[in-house]
Amino acid sequence: MKKLLLASAAGVLIAGAAGAEEIKMGISLGFTGPLESMAPAMRDGAELAMKEISDSGLLLDGSTVTPVEGDSTCADAAAATATVERLITAEKVKGIVGGMCSGETIASLENVAKPNGIVMISPSATSPALSTIEDNDLFFRTSPSDARQGEVMSDIILDRGIKNVAVTYTNNDYGKGLADSFQAAFEKKGGTVTVNSAHDDGKADYSAEVAALAAAGGDALVVAGYVDQGGSGIVRAALDTGAFDTFVFPDGMVGQQLVDNFKSEIDGSFGQNPAAEGEGRDKYVAMAKEAGFDGTGAFSAEAYDAASLMLLAMAAAKSSDPAEYKGKIMDVANAPGEKILPGELAKALEILNGGGDIDYVGATSVELVGAGESAGIYREVTFDGGKMEVVGYR
Amino acid sequence: MDIANALVVFLNFVFIPAAAYGAQLALGALGVTLIYGILRFSNFAHGDTMAFGTAVTILVTWGLQALGVSLGPLPTALLALPVGIAATAALALVTDRAVYRFYRVQRAAPIILVMASVGVMFLMNGLTRLLIGVDEQRFADGARFVINVRDFKAMTGLQEGLALKSTQALTVVVAVIVVWALFWFLNRTRSGKAMRAYSDNEDLALLSGIDPDKVVRMTWIIAAGLATIAGVLYGLDKAFKPFNYFQILLPIFAAAIVGGLGSPLGAIAGGFVVAFSEVAITYPWLKVVGYLFPDWQPGGLLQLLGTEYKFAVSFVILIVVLLFKPTGLFRGRSV
Repeated sequence: MKKLLLASAAGVLIAGAAGAEEIKMGISLGFTGPLESMAPAMRDGAELAMKEISDSGLLLDGSTVTPVEGDSTCADAAAATATVERLITAEKVKGIVGGMCSGETIASLENVAKPNGIVMISPSATSPALSTIEDNDLFFRTSPSDARQGEVMSDIILDRGIKNVAVTYTNNDYGKGLADSFQAAFEKKGGTVTVNSAHDDGKADYSAEVAALAAAGGDALVVAGYVDQGGSGIVRAALDTGAFDTFVFPDGMVGQQLVDNFKSEIDGSFGQNPAAEGEGRDKYVAMAKEAGFDGTGAFSAEAYDAASLMLLAMAAAKSSDPAEYKGKIMDVANAPGEKILPGELAKALEILNGGGDIDYVGATSVELVGAGESAGIYREVTFDGGKMEVVGYR
Repeated sequence: MDIANALVVFLNFVFIPAAAYGAQLALGALGVTLIYGILRFSNFAHGDTMAFGTAVTILVTWGLQALGVSLGPLPTALLALPVGIAATAALALVTDRAVYRFYRVQRAAPIILVMASVGVMFLMNGLTRLLIGVDEQRFADGARFVINVRDFKAMTGLQEGLALKSTQALTVVVAVIVVWALFWFLNRTRSGKAMRAYSDNEDLALLSGIDPDKVVRMTWIIAAGLATIAGVLYGLDKAFKPFNYFQILLPIFAAAIVGGLGSPLGAIAGGFVVAFSEVAITYPWLKVVGYLFPDWQPGGLLQLLGTEYKFAVSFVILIVVLLFKPTGLFRGRSV
């Protein structure tokens, strides 16, 4: 009996001391597919945060963090589900940064992450449907809902004196959600949407779609699509036939690729994508430059914040078990507590290990509202002289 | 003025795109109909033959561009085209030797050849993807427009603009030249006459000393040439993506069947019928009608079918023709 007691006590001691583990974190992004040009900078952002925390040696008694990549394809929900399934069951990840697009995120969350109780933080899935989804508190996002983007886009368009617009959206959850929330907001503020029609990605020719949009008319065309896909096709056809010469680009379109595709042909067009200003962002861009990638890429900073939040929540919960740390994500993201900028993750871990509170600001001024999504600051961009310029933040 | 505006809108959004698309379909359908007429089977691999030819042409185009060769206002791809045709013809001949000849010697039923061509289609599908990948490629260079919207508006003072892309003009011009050359070849040359004789009656042709192997070879080479030209023009005008060439097979077959399988003239007519129906049925006529009848305020866009249903139009044409006039407009063979 005495021996048994001793053995148990020793066992407890060893278990306590052996806290350091290898924590695997999944990164499920669309490395191939309609947003493939954005994915690498997002992955680099997430890995930058993981490396920073891993190198500090302060997470859960010196645990290390290993990223595991998976291709969510963005467009193919079945492929994304299979990828997340592999990450969770085969790789045993403790949390996932992803998915990238709304449809695939909904599918992999409902089919795999929720039944397995794994936390997902998406840097870029923006469909309003994700705000109300039944997620067992497992889903968060560091980007705002498109309901908010619809409001911001309406303001930007109306401020430029444009009252009539045609809308075309990519035929999926993201496109439809954004187009509908935009139409609702725009009409409420007194604008008119002449037509709100879908386009399918991957076609050779969009002249028929553009002909329909041109028939309905409008002073500008809102292209809620993807820059690597039908979105650029629509713009090309609209420019060629002279149907529209002013375009409004939401987040799926704004990027260097758009400028490379059209150069000065889209002068006078404008758009917006989620990106905060300020010290956190500047610091992140500098860190990214040092690490050898472009931190200004769309959703790259959001990916950094997604990975940081998850790992800091683990430190706050003193556990890498998703069921334990999922409740801490909102706590570390919001006030009260010490403000944490990019590059200060080690400081954050020290505070958390000491039982203190942090208010993670990160690269995108993270403030999680509602069911765990970013409140949303957008940067307004214009295209002039073949260049994209940031003109303000909203 | 309003009539002129209506006409310009019609030309810009219906006539010009449909004419270019029709010419591309007609060239594709000519290849299909030629093979059907002479080799007596529907070649499902035709779309992917187009893709293969275009892929080779694109690779050569890139090579030429890297060397700094250009044709000025014309796309460099025209220079690369002969290489593409040669490679595609070689591939077609190898395929014939390896696959189709076996069944031809056995005098197998046409349906067996059709099934073999489906196999060849998947093989070429993979080959093209190995060669150039699955992504969209744009390889048009040179001048983009013959007339662009801004210049047209300034020139005429009309409210509506008209754009004529150089690739659209090029498509129609090249198609006219190719069709003329083909008809000249079929009607005036010895080999062309031999091909027509072989198509009319194989046994009689053999009795009169026509070399069947030569006829078959000529057919493949011409079909490969037509496929490559059609593919390159389509790729120049729109964009090259292997999957789209697989999809274009349906309108091409619709065109060939509407015109009458085996009839070259029918293939051309069929190509334009399919193209104009696709565009006209999915085009919203609101703007045109608005100019012609300013007093009439219709509620909708006056669009018969949404643009998503473009492909359905070819299906409907195909079914209607097969039901009511199985030999097609120009009395080809019934299918």
